[in-house]
Amino acid sequence: MENDWLRELEQIVAPPRLMTSLADRHSYSYDASFGSYLPEAVIQVMCTKEVSEVIKLANRHQIPVYPRGQGTSLSGGPLPVKGGIVLDFSQWDQKLEIYPDDLVAVVSPGVLTAAINQAAEKYGLMYPPDPSSGHVATIGGNLGENAGGPRGLKYGVTKDYVIGLEVVTPEGHIIRTGGRTIKNVTGYDLTKLIVGSEGTLGVITEATLRLIPKPPARKTMMAVFADLPTSGTAISKVLRSGILPAKIELMDQASIRAVEQFQPMGLPIDAAAILLIELDGHPKAIQEEMEKTNHILTELGAKETIVAQTEEEAERLWKARKLVSPAIAKIKPTKISEDATVPRSKIPEMIQRLNQIKEKYQIHLVVFGHAGDGNLHPNILCDKRDKEEMIRVEQAIAEIFAAAIDLGGTLSGEHGIGTMKAPFLEQELGPLGVMMMKRLKKAWDPNNILNPGKIFPEPGISKLVLRDE
Amino acid sequence: MNDSLRKLQDKINYEKTFACVQCGYCLPACPTYETMKKETHSPRGRINLVKQFAEGKLDINVLQDPIDKCLGCNACTVVCPSDVEYNKILEGAKQVLEEQQPKTKKQKIAEKLLFEDIFPSRKWMKRVGDLTWFYQASGLKKFAEKTGLAKVAPLSLDQFSQVLPNLPSPSERRRRLHRIPAKGKSRIKVGFFTGCIMDSIFFEINQKTIDLLTLAGAEVVIPEMQTCCGALHAHTGKIGHSRLLAKKNIEAFEAESVDYIINNAGGCGARLIEYEELFDDDPEWRERAKTFSNKTRDISEILVELDRLTFTQPIAGPVTYQASCHMLNVQKVVNAPLKLIKEIPNIDYREMEGADRCCGSAGIYNIVNFEDSMKILDNKMIHMKETQAKIIVTTNPGCLLQMKLGIKRENLASTVRALHLVELLHEARPVQK
Ligand SMILES: Cc1cc2nc3c(=O)[nH]c(=O)nc-3n(C[C@H](O)[C@H](O)[C@H](O)COP(=O)(O)OP(=O)(O)OC[C@H]3O[C@@H](n4cnc5c(N)ncnc54)[C@H](O)[C@@H]3O)c2cc1C
Ligand code: SF4
Ligand code: SF4
Repeated sequence: MENDWLRELEQIVAPPRLMTSLADRHSYSYDASFGSYLPEAVIQVMCTKEVSEVIKLANRHQIPVYPRGQGTSLSGGPLPVKGGIVLDFSQWDQKLEIYPDDLVAVVSPGVLTAAINQAAEKYGLMYPPDPSSGHVATIGGNLGENAGGPRGLKYGVTKDYVIGLEVVTPEGHIIRTGGRTIKNVTGYDLTKLIVGSEGTLGVITEATLRLIPKPPARKTMMAVFADLPTSGTAISKVLRSGILPAKIELMDQASIRAVEQFQPMGLPIDAAAILLIELDGHPKAIQEEMEKTNHILTELGAKETIVAQTEEEAERLWKARKLVSPAIAKIKPTKISEDATVPRSKIPEMIQRLNQIKEKYQIHLVVFGHAGDGNLHPNILCDKRDKEEMIRVEQAIAEIFAAAIDLGGTLSGEHGIGTMKAPFLEQELGPLGVMMMKRLKKAWDPNNILNPGKIFPEPGISKLVLRDE
Repeated sequence: MNDSLRKLQDKINYEKTFACVQCGYCLPACPTYETMKKETHSPRGRINLVKQFAEGKLDINVLQDPIDKCLGCNACTVVCPSDVEYNKILEGAKQVLEEQQPKTKKQKIAEKLLFEDIFPSRKWMKRVGDLTWFYQASGLKKFAEKTGLAKVAPLSLDQFSQVLPNLPSPSERRRRLHRIPAKGKSRIKVGFFTGCIMDSIFFEINQKTIDLLTLAGAEVVIPEMQTCCGALHAHTGKIGHSRLLAKKNIEAFEAESVDYIINNAGGCGARLIEYEELFDDDPEWRERAKTFSNKTRDISEILVELDRLTFTQPIAGPVTYQASCHMLNVQKVVNAPLKLIKEIPNIDYREMEGADRCCGSAGIYNIVNFEDSMKILDNKMIHMKETQAKIIVTTNPGCLLQMKLGIKRENLASTVRALHLVELLHEARPVQK
C-alpha cells in the first residue's frame, strides 16, 4: 500500500527532487531544536501546482505533510513527527521582485530573508524584520513562525510586513489572501491568520511584502549598569521620553563574561548588565536623540556610556552582542534558547525570577535579548546526555513559562510553539482558547494532513521531555 | 553501550558532533550544498549522518556517498558560530569508511597506484623525466578502462592532460642545487618544501619560488629526504600512512637548522601546519611536529614579512584571485597574497564573487568526482567572467590545474591565463628594495 502513494508521488515530482533514500530522509529529520523523526519521502517543490497536487494526494492517502524552509526552527516547526512527506521549500528561491513604486516585494517561499532586504536596499528601501538567522532562514519559515528580530522594537515583526499571500490549503486548493495595498479590510484577515500558523493551516507559495524607505543614518551606544533593575528602568525611561530606538538589546553578566572569555574585547566583566541601543533616522535628529538618551541613562546612574563615533565602532559594539550565542555555547554542549516575552515594564521582575529559577534548579542560565520589546532570550546550557541534569532543565523551563504567563507575558515572542512548547499552550490560552484554535484547525484541515503534531499538545502529554526514550 | 560501538565513536570523533547545534549557518557557505541542492550534501547533514551512524542507527553504506562528495574545503568550519571541528569529524568518518567498507580488488589496485606509487614523491620523482604524472595517470586510465574500474570511479584524466604545462627535462631537474645562497646579504635561512605536484608538473614555479626567496634575502636549502606532505592520504582516511610521511618530513627538515619551512602549495601547507595533531598519543613526536609546524610558512607570508622586493613591470589586464581553501580556511593566510598582488605597479585587481569558495579541485576530488567538481567549477567561471579578468591567480597546484581546465572549458584559453602567485610576481620583475 505504502508504495502506491510513493509511485503516485513520482508522477508529480520525480527524482532528484523526490528523495527516498535513507541518507536523504535522515537529512530532513531534524531542525535546530530537539529530536529527529524520519520522513518517508522528501519533495523539493518548485511551483504552486506541484504543491497543490502533492497535498491532494496526501489527502487521498491520509499522509502527513510537513512544510520545511531551511530547518532553523528552534521550536520543532518542520519536524516530521508523524513521518510522511517533508515538503522542502529551500530550493524554490527564484522569484524576488521589487516594485519600488508600490514599495512592495513579491517573493517565492524559499528566498532567504536577508536577500529580500539586500534587494530592497538597491532602491533605497528596507525590509525591516531582521531575525539573526536571516542569512540562512527562508521567508516561508519566517512567515510560518512570524519571526522577528532586534528591529522589532521600532518596526514590528514579519506579520507587520505581509500584505498578500498565495496559499495552498490543506485540501490542496490554491487561494490568494490580501493583495498589494496597505489598506485592505475585505472579509476576514486570512493573511494574518496564516502568518505564524507554523505551517498548520496552509502552505505559502508566494508572499507580497511591504517595504519602507531605508532610514538615512543610524547611531549606536552602549550603556553599562551595576545592577539589573536599573537597566530595566532605563529602558522604560528612554521609551517614555519620546524616543523610539530601532533596537535595545540587553546582555547580562553571564553573557558579558562568556563573550570576554570567548573573544576578549574589553567588555566590563564586573557590570551586571549592558544595554546596546541603536537609533536610526535623519542624521540631525538622531544626533539630538542620542544626546538625550545618553543624558537620561547617565542621570539614572549608568556606570558608563559609550557612543560609537564611527560605523566601525558601532559594528564592534554589535559584535559583542552577536558573539553571545557562540560564546555561551562553549559553556556546555546543549543550548536551549527560549523566547518567553513579558510586557516591557515587567522586564526587571522577569529577570529576577529567572535568577531565582537558575538558583533553584542549579542550571547554567544566561539572559540576553531584545529587552526593548520585552522579548528576552533566557538560554540554558546543559548536556543532553546527562539525564539527571535534563530533568532539572525541563522543570526550569516549565517554571520560566509559568513566570512569563504570570507576569502577563507569553510563551513565545518569535520562535513559535511547535513541539517544544505545545505542552504549555493551555496554560496561556486556557481550555476555551485552545478549543477555538482547534476548531479553526479542523475547519481548515479536516483530515489533519498539514504539520500534524504541532502547536496542540498530543493527548496525554502535559510536560516537556528533552531526553531520549 | 557495547565496546565496539564505543571504539567506533572514539575513532569517528563522535564527541565532536555534539558541538553542532544544527543552526544551519554553514549551509550558504558549502559549495556542495549549492550545487547538489540538498541537505544530505551539506555540513549539517553530514555531521548528522556521522552522528546517527556512530550511535548505531545507520548502516555505514548510508554514510559513503555524502562523505565521498565532501570537498574537505573547510568553508563550513570558518562560518560555524559554534566552532564545530568538522574537519576532524570528516577525517574520522573517512578513516572508518576506509577501514570498514569492503573494497573491490580493482579499487585496491587503483588506490595502491595513486597512494603508494604516485604520491609519495621520492620514489615517483626519481622516475619523473620522460615519465610524467599524466603518463602515469593516463596509464591509470587505461588500466581503469581495461579492468572496468572506470565504471566504479570514472576517471576523467584526459581532460586534465590537455591543460598541463610543458615539463622540464630530466637534466634540468637534476641540475637543481640543494643549497642556494641568498642574493646579496643573507637575512634568513629557509628550508623549501617542494611538494609532489609542484616539483614535477609545476617544476618551473618551484624554480621561480627559489628565485623570489633568494632575491628577498633568504638562503634556501632543499632537504633531499623530504617526501609527500600526506594531505591526500589523510583526506582519504589513510591516517597511518599520513603519519609515516609526516615523520619523514620532520626528520628531513630537522637535519637542517632553518628559520622557516616554506611551501608554495596551499593544500600541502595546510597539512604541514597540522602535523602536530597526528601525534596525539605520542608526546615526543608531538613536540617535534609542533616545532616543525610553527616554522611552516606560505611563500606569500614570508615575502610580506621580509618585505625586500619591489616590482618593476606593470601587468596588463584585470587580475582576479582564487584563494586556495586550505590556505584560507586552515592556514588562515588571507591577506598576504592580495597584498603582494596589489604591490605590482598599475595592477587592476578585481575581486570575484565567491573568491573564498572552493573551486572544486580539492585534492583528487576532481578526478574521482569529475561531474560534481565540474558543476562547482562552472559556477566559479561565471563569477570569474564577471570580473573580465585576464589573469586568475591561485596559490595551490590543484587549484591552478582546475582554473586552467575552467578556462579551457569556457573556450577562453586565448585571452585568459591562470597563474600561480609566484609566476605573477616573477613576471612583474622583482628587484631588491
Ligand atoms: C542561531 C539561530 C538564531 C535565530 N534567531 C532568530 C531570531 O532572531 N528571530 C526569530 O524570530 N527566529 C530566530 N531563529 C529561529 C528560526 O530561524 C526562525 O524561526 C525562522 O523563521 C525559520 O525559518 P526556516 O526557513 O528555517 O524555516 P523552518 O525552520 O524550516 O520552518 C519553520 C516553520 O515554518 C513552516 N514553513 C516553512 N516554510 C513554509 C511555507 N512555505 N509555508 C507554510 N509554512 C512553512 C514550517 O512548517 C515550520 O513550522 C533563530 C534560529 C537559529 C538557529
Ligand atoms: S556545523 Fe556549525 S554552522 Fe553548521 S549547523 Fe552545526 S553548529 Fe551550525
Ligand atoms: S568541507 Fe566544504 S564541501 Fe565539505 S561540508 Fe564543509 S563546506 Fe561543504
